[in-house]
Amino acid sequence: MLHIENLAVAYGDVQALWDVSLDVQANEIVVLIGPNGAGKTTLMRAIAGLHRPQSGHITFEGTALHQLSAHQIVEQGIILVPEGRRLFGSMTVLENLELGAYTRRAKQQRDKTLQHVFEIFPLLADRRHDRASAMSGGQQQMLAMGRAFMGLPRLLMLDEPSLGLAPLIVRHIFEVVKTINEQGVTMLLVEQNARKALELAHRAYIIEQGRIVGTGRGFDLLHNDEVREAYLGHVPATARAT
Amino acid sequence: MSFESAAQNIVFGLFVGGIYGIAAVGLALAFGVMNVLNIAHGELLMIGGYISFWLFSLWGIDPFVSLIICIPAMFVIGWVLDRLVYRHVARLTGETKIKNSLLISFGMVLILQNLALRLFTADERTIQVSYGGAGFNVFGVSLPYTRLLSLLIALIAILALHFFLQRTDPGKAIRATAEDWEAAELSGISVQRVYMMTFALSAALAGVAGALVSVTASVTPSIGLDWTLKALIVVVLAGTGSISGAFPAGLLLGLVEALSGIFIDASYRELVGLVIFLLVLLLRPQGLFGSQGA
Repeated sequence: MLHIENLAVAYGDVQALWDVSLDVQANEIVVLIGPNGAGKTTLMRAIAGLHRPQSGHITFEGTALHQLSAHQIVEQGIILVPEGRRLFGSMTVLENLELGAYTRRAKQQRDKTLQHVFEIFPLLADRRHDRASAMSGGQQQMLAMGRAFMGLPRLLMLDEPSLGLAPLIVRHIFEVVKTINEQGVTMLLVEQNARKALELAHRAYIIEQGRIVGTGRGFDLLHNDEVREAYLGHVPATARAT
Repeated sequence: MSFESAAQNIVFGLFVGGIYGIAAVGLALAFGVMNVLNIAHGELLMIGGYISFWLFSLWGIDPFVSLIICIPAMFVIGWVLDRLVYRHVARLTGETKIKNSLLISFGMVLILQNLALRLFTADERTIQVSYGGAGFNVFGVSLPYTRLLSLLIALIAILALHFFLQRTDPGKAIRATAEDWEAAELSGISVQRVYMMTFALSAALAGVAGALVSVTASVTPSIGLDWTLKALIVVVLAGTGSISGAFPAGLLLGLVEALSGIFIDASYRELVGLVIFLLVLLLRPQGLFGSQGA
């Protein structure tokens, strides 16, 4: 569905991604894990059209994305929930959701999608006339996801959805990710909470210093010693012995 | 100074303030949404004034009626200027954007001024409608029809803008872009189109202000900078980025100028605005009606 080949991205003279190749199949949940500053966010922003690649190709069902601007990529059904949520804070919950369905494709079904979003997040329906900035972090994350969902995503990208949230809310967010995926939305996820993300993921890629250094099924990586040591805070038995 | 003449001064201050408000709201819109400080806003106002003047003197169309031509004409001019010039400024970021927006819009000042000088000469133009001197008289204070109509038109334009920004989808897209253009783009909003519409609207509002100036004051190719300055004072007074605050702040500036004419001396009118400008920047940089977020 999404196919990335030899992608390189730089900011000014800082190289953020080198020769990244990656695939996401329809209906998959794919997770990107890796240390801070590895280029996970940059990769997602490049897919969303916020960074121009230096070289390489990004295609989505045969359409070349790297030639489109960000709002045209949204029209293709690729929607990014950015890090830090980036809501329109002075506007109401309902206005934020409406703006999520701004593309022609999404606007036609806006009312129907809105009902759907209110079913997934009943809380947003109750608070629809409140200002977005008046909500708690967890509620804002739900609104950010709801806003993205209003755009009728086919590939939904979530950048650090659980960052700074209480464990109970994190669990809820992950449940919603699963539900949305079961409804036929393909997911690409960047997540600090590598264990939870790998449990959920069909496949994962490991990024370090702007390069893909590993890939595999979520389950396999969860039980891979190197990954456990580096990202799951797990000390291997051999190390413990010494 | 008698009570009547003081009251008259205040009333006229408010009338003028209404035009300050409508002149400022267009500047505030472009600044708040695009982060472009358009020094040439006063020149757009001047062009609007000339459109209104020529429609009146060539075909005798009443300046309040000809707004239905002047507004769309200025909208188109704004649209074209955005495509040719301002779009390229709006795309920049940070310090480069601030510098270039000042330099380029100052260049536009020179171009538009000289173009007007070439086309229309330096003659002072003003519209003398048949009902020019007529008006109501309330307790010895005269309320000319032209001034009342101007204030009414300014008010309608402001309310229409408010309705557009608060209730319609394109209006909401403009507000969203003002708040976070990247998030707007990620919602499928074409920020480039939003900028184009914003600048066209800003020019249309300058056109309204220009038409009102052509009836209540006069138009020459060089009036632009004065109006930009007034609009800038009002924008700072309102709080930069506060679109809804621009109109009340305009009325306030008109009022303060009138009061300074009464209590100090009419020759200090211009100075008072600038003093307020500096005081607000020093003491309350977020403006009188501004909040830090909006």
